[in-house]
Amino acid sequence: MDTLKTTPLQAIHIALGAKMMPFAGFDMPVQYSGIIDEHHAVRQAAGLFDVSHMGEVFVRGSQAFDFVQRLVTNDASKLYDGKAMYTVMCREHGGVVDDLLVYRLSEEDYLLVVNASNIEKDLAHIHDQHEKSGLDCRIEDISDDMALLALQGPKALDILAEVTDLPVRDVAFYHFIRPEPGAFFGCDHAIISSTGYTGEQGVEIYCENEKAEDIWNALMATGKKHGLKPAGLGARDTLRLEAGFCLYGHELEEDINPLEAGLGWVTKPDAADFVGVEAVRQMKVDGIPRKIVGFVITERGIARQGTVIADAAGNEIGEVTSGTQSPVLGKGIGLGFVPNDPAYTTPGETVYLSVRSRTLKATVTKPPFHKHA
Amino acid sequence: MNFPDDCRYTKEHEWIRLGDDGLAAIGVTDYAQGELGDIVFVELEEEGTQVGPDEVFGTVEAVKTVSELYAPVAGTIEAINTVLEDAPETVNSDPYGDGWMVKIRPSNPSELDSLMTAAEYKHMVGADA
Repeated sequence: MDTLKTTPLQAIHIALGAKMMPFAGFDMPVQYSGIIDEHHAVRQAAGLFDVSHMGEVFVRGSQAFDFVQRLVTNDASKLYDGKAMYTVMCREHGGVVDDLLVYRLSEEDYLLVVNASNIEKDLAHIHDQHEKSGLDCRIEDISDDMALLALQGPKALDILAEVTDLPVRDVAFYHFIRPEPGAFFGCDHAIISSTGYTGEQGVEIYCENEKAEDIWNALMATGKKHGLKPAGLGARDTLRLEAGFCLYGHELEEDINPLEAGLGWVTKPDAADFVGVEAVRQMKVDGIPRKIVGFVITERGIARQGTVIADAAGNEIGEVTSGTQSPVLGKGIGLGFVPNDPAYTTPGETVYLSVRSRTLKATVTKPPFHKHA
Repeated sequence: MNFPDDCRYTKEHEWIRLGDDGLAAIGVTDYAQGELGDIVFVELEEEGTQVGPDEVFGTVEAVKTVSELYAPVAGTIEAINTVLEDAPETVNSDPYGDGWMVKIRPSNPSELDSLMTAAEYKHMVGADA
């Protein structure tokens, strides 16, 4: 077995008594005080996550824009310096390779942030597409040199504004700032971006590995009085699911078209000929066969990934892709594929989930789930 | 981590404690609740159900995972802990006390002697180092 990689915050996690678990080749904190406690902290105050396992890849060069526009499904021409976007990249057949964030640092300099579990596969795909495109740019994987902290929750900006004089409150959603070298905890290459994966206000902070501990410690020390807690991958998952966000390996896969995953809003076949565009256009003509819907279970129980979704007559109509207990609702919630038919996709419709010996009733519900509390 | 001496233990991380009334309370260990994390549902077989050794008598559902509960010895379920219906988190906060799950009348109480002692279980989970 390969040895696990560690993030620059490993010693802090151990000192905090975190429960550690292997994830995507990294020894990662799953929880500190408990998933539900951390979840509520993020919804009500703030949570600090170490997500340094995420992959960071630069695309740099005179034709960087053309390459990014070819690589991803969203319209990179809408980006400007200091603007980020959520998108996916596809295979030729339209299946999703990964979902990612794209940051435009300058006209010839883009940063792609990908899932840790997909870094190797993504790099192979990116290099392959780069070669096929013949476009003039360089691909630089800096995943091992960059740390990433996510500060999320209604108090996130209050806390951040106390540890820096930078105008962090002025960073609009899906925008970012790059502090001058030395202006933020001595970092040469920090990015503070108004993004996140929790459905709350907050920022993600990219920095050099060596600076991660200082930033973490400063945020925790200042954040304590605001109710800030360290939060692990467990709460990250319940928060993203409550918010209704897709997770690769669940709602997104190599055999899932972004339109099926409900990602039409980041799939712009009229804007560019991206890799997989023909498959997307064809699906638009033929119709989308299945769709991801959200559901809330109306009795006790949790339906996890792989649970069969049935109609009232007991016919199998689909499958759960993610399921957990919503800490805010106190009920089972989830996402899953059903046929693209209003009889199953309309909020308020009932579907049935076979969990062990029981059949659980669930109501189709449009996420974010916690807004239905 | 807590390993009361008056309980016996299984490799499936259940404890069993024989009371003066001849009933044996069963629950999950402190180690198990810690590994499971926040417990959100406990589903148990009904009173009167006969269970064989290593047979499933319920499931415990945590936020991240679900785990089955195995009877340490054969017997008949005579009581279930209804508190857990509305307060499953009791298993996290008091695994050997108010977080008990079922009480069974063992078919053969001497079967308990074949289970692990606190010291043996503690060793199994590596907590005696």
